[in-house]
Amino acid sequence: MPDGITQVDYDGLIPNNVGLNEDARVRKALETWHPGYIDWWTTMGPEGFQDSLVYLRTAIGVDPKGWAKFDYVRMPDYKWGILLAPAVEGRSIGFGAHKGEPAWQEVPGEYRAMLRRLLVIQGDTEPASVEQQRHLGATAPSLYDMRNLFQVNVEEGRHLWAMVYLLQKYFGREGREEAEDLLRRRSGHVDTPRMLGAFNEATPDWLSFFMFTYFTDRDGKMQLEALAQSGFDPLSRTCRFMLTEEAHHMFVGETGVARIIERTCTAMREAGLHDPHDIAAARALGVIDLPTLQKKINLHFSLTLDLFGNEISTNAANAFNSGLKGRYREDKLTDDHQLLAQTYPVLRLRDGAIVSEDVPALSALNMRLRDDFVVDAASGVGRWNKVIEKAGISFRLALPHVAFNRRIGEFAPIHADTAGNLLSQAGWQARIGSFLPATEDNLYITSLMQPVRATGEYAPWIAPPKVGIDNRPGDFEYVKIAEAA
Amino acid sequence: MGADVAGGLVKQHLIDPEICIRCNTCEATCPIGAVTHDASNYVVDVTTCNFCMDCVAPCPTGAIDSFFMVRAPFSLDEQFSWSELPPRSAEAEAPDALDDEATALLAEAHARAGGRARAPETASKPRINLFNRASPAQATVAGNYRITAAEAGSEVRHLILDFGAVPFPVLEGQSIGIIPPGADAQGSGHAMRLYSIASARDGERPNTNNLALTVKRVLEARPDGSVFHGVASNYLCDLRRGDAVQVVGPFGATFLMPDDPDADIIMLCTGTGAAPFRGFTERRRRASPHGRGRLHLFFGARTPQELPYFGPLQKVPAALLDRELVYSRLPDAPREYVQDRMRRRAADLAALLPRPGAHVYVCGLRGLEDGVEHAFAEIGHAHGFDWLALRARMLEEGRYHVETY
Repeated sequence: MPDGITQVDYDGLIPNNVGLNEDARVRKALETWHPGYIDWWTTMGPEGFQDSLVYLRTAIGVDPKGWAKFDYVRMPDYKWGILLAPAVEGRSIGFGAHKGEPAWQEVPGEYRAMLRRLLVIQGDTEPASVEQQRHLGATAPSLYDMRNLFQVNVEEGRHLWAMVYLLQKYFGREGREEAEDLLRRRSGHVDTPRMLGAFNEATPDWLSFFMFTYFTDRDGKMQLEALAQSGFDPLSRTCRFMLTEEAHHMFVGETGVARIIERTCTAMREAGLHDPHDIAAARALGVIDLPTLQKKINLHFSLTLDLFGNEISTNAANAFNSGLKGRYREDKLTDDHQLLAQTYPVLRLRDGAIVSEDVPALSALNMRLRDDFVVDAASGVGRWNKVIEKAGISFRLALPHVAFNRRIGEFAPIHADTAGNLLSQAGWQARIGSFLPATEDNLYITSLMQPVRATGEYAPWIAPPKVGIDNRPGDFEYVKIAEAA
Repeated sequence: MGADVAGGLVKQHLIDPEICIRCNTCEATCPIGAVTHDASNYVVDVTTCNFCMDCVAPCPTGAIDSFFMVRAPFSLDEQFSWSELPPRSAEAEAPDALDDEATALLAEAHARAGGRARAPETASKPRINLFNRASPAQATVAGNYRITAAEAGSEVRHLILDFGAVPFPVLEGQSIGIIPPGADAQGSGHAMRLYSIASARDGERPNTNNLALTVKRVLEARPDGSVFHGVASNYLCDLRRGDAVQVVGPFGATFLMPDDPDADIIMLCTGTGAAPFRGFTERRRRASPHGRGRLHLFFGARTPQELPYFGPLQKVPAALLDRELVYSRLPDAPREYVQDRMRRRAADLAALLPRPGAHVYVCGLRGLEDGVEHAFAEIGHAHGFDWLALRARMLEEGRYHVETY
């Protein structure tokens, strides 16, 4: 491999393995963008802890063994680098009309607009989630959790850098303007909102944060996996490396919810409380009752499904056909990778009923990615149920039906219950409080959000983790909080 | 492939389904396609995995880091059906190393414990074999100085190896492998030597990415009048600050300290066998200086001038470390060995040993364990317990450890 591909230049302003020193134009563009980014980070990033020392993982290379290091860092000093997974010698395009041709190292002219759109949509989600989560530090249930939050935040920041690099490097002036706009939009802003709905919802509490990292970051993983297949090689290599970091984000979500469940079950057992539906009794113990967790699952799962877009989509078909965005783990699938003759079953609304209908596979790519997501999301719910089962409590968490509470796609016009039975407007209104968190549920959760800042201690509604970050012992000081000046 | 080791056992890499979050990082990282998955579990194919360890560092959960010794490897279907790892039988104990050369060296060093050792119940989970001969870690010498008196007959040096930005996670009691550069007289590469880590898991100073070794320069007079120069020890002792060193490992999954701050730890050593105990002491001092447990060190050398770390040892508070320094060549005193001093402290040792939190570690030159065994047997006889029965129980409970060479 030529130098500059796996060698990481860690000394400059922007650590990178893309040979930025030899590319004066892109370096200048990024250095011009950098102050705006830092400005965005300090005004829209985590509120109140910018001077604290956080025990963070920083990506420093792309060799699996030495890809990251852990150290105390002030977040504004975090080294946001540009790292691409090593190039695969002789890589060819794996799907679509250009299948078998050498992977593109430059943007093909005819796909310029489409590719730019894909990059901007992906890039927009990264700063959006940082904005959504910016107030959470104040109520962290432990220093361990606070550190995990900030880790997720700085890495979402790095993922923004990754997309901005591609825009600056390959899209000239248009790319520079898009990069500026990525810093200009704001999550939930009336006039300049972020591009996707779920990224304009606030993340008001830690249960929402864990649910978001479990469900919504998992959508991010599916999208990155699909983009990692891209025939545009720099995008593929960027996404492959981002996935290494993204894994930690889902870890935070899955174990966060599991620790809440564990604490709830332990408290119920200790108090001799056997009825999981006795919400008042569970809340009297200061823990989050299981039915409320189910409602949060219903909410975050349905919001995340909307991110996959319309079940039948020409845009998705075009992105696939042109070799820009593959299917989830395309390289592991064994079909013709062109989908010229195949069909795919899609759930549709027909004469007031939900039916499965075979449609041309090429047009159903969003549906397919969403199905892969549902399978992936369901297995984590299975793990959560094991925690409940082990505690001997008779209760099962479940994903709601895909038609439940949708704003986008086939089921947007109708109401359905969590099992997928259609409901009238009146029926929906009557039961909405049993499906989704009601105001009193949210108020109760908010009441639990009291910060815990002593090393090794955890808020009473969440169990400690099984293993520390970077093998650190239980009483490790993950964040050295700076006193306000 | 699941490497064959002695006794018909095979090493197998498994993924802990209870901790795994199915993020696919391992499958994407594996360069040879040994990792696969179904809808619930990620699993490793024993016929494909070659223990390159590329998947270990990127795993966000630690689930990837599970190694079993098994008689018949678990099939993929068995692994798919698990919701947690199967219980470890005595022989399914985690291996000390995945590398055959290091496995053989550690098996030899542990051979005189009187049975198969297990890790202490409260020991942290060790990482093993992250770097091997084919892709060693590169360390830089950050310090190398003599710790025995200049006039002393033996030269023991304290080396500090810095790993820069490369993560090299270790626990006290683990070893690293050094392969001296160059070739032997037959023209083949030098054999690996293991050295115990003499520092705490978080470095010579807290939060430094380095580790210390205690190395004795091997110069042995031969009957024919020549002097044998130990290849690895002379290589290490001659290194200068800034020199690069290739390191493999870390190795060792049983000779580890209990994390329980209330555990009493009896440490018996001679010479450079003190290395792991320097790590144990430093760990205790940093992590739990106010626990109920105490460290009890019996440390033998010829003279105070030849006792490694003589000076620093004097500064460790007695409340943390009960130390017995024993000399066999003092000019005006009879020869005394570690086992002699153990007999003088028989009542204390007899009171300590039966406690559930008491752990014994023996480290030093071969032969030390014989003297120690005799002393324990005598103490048992005098105080009414059967040492061999107690030792068997302590081995089973991960409380008795021998590493001699």
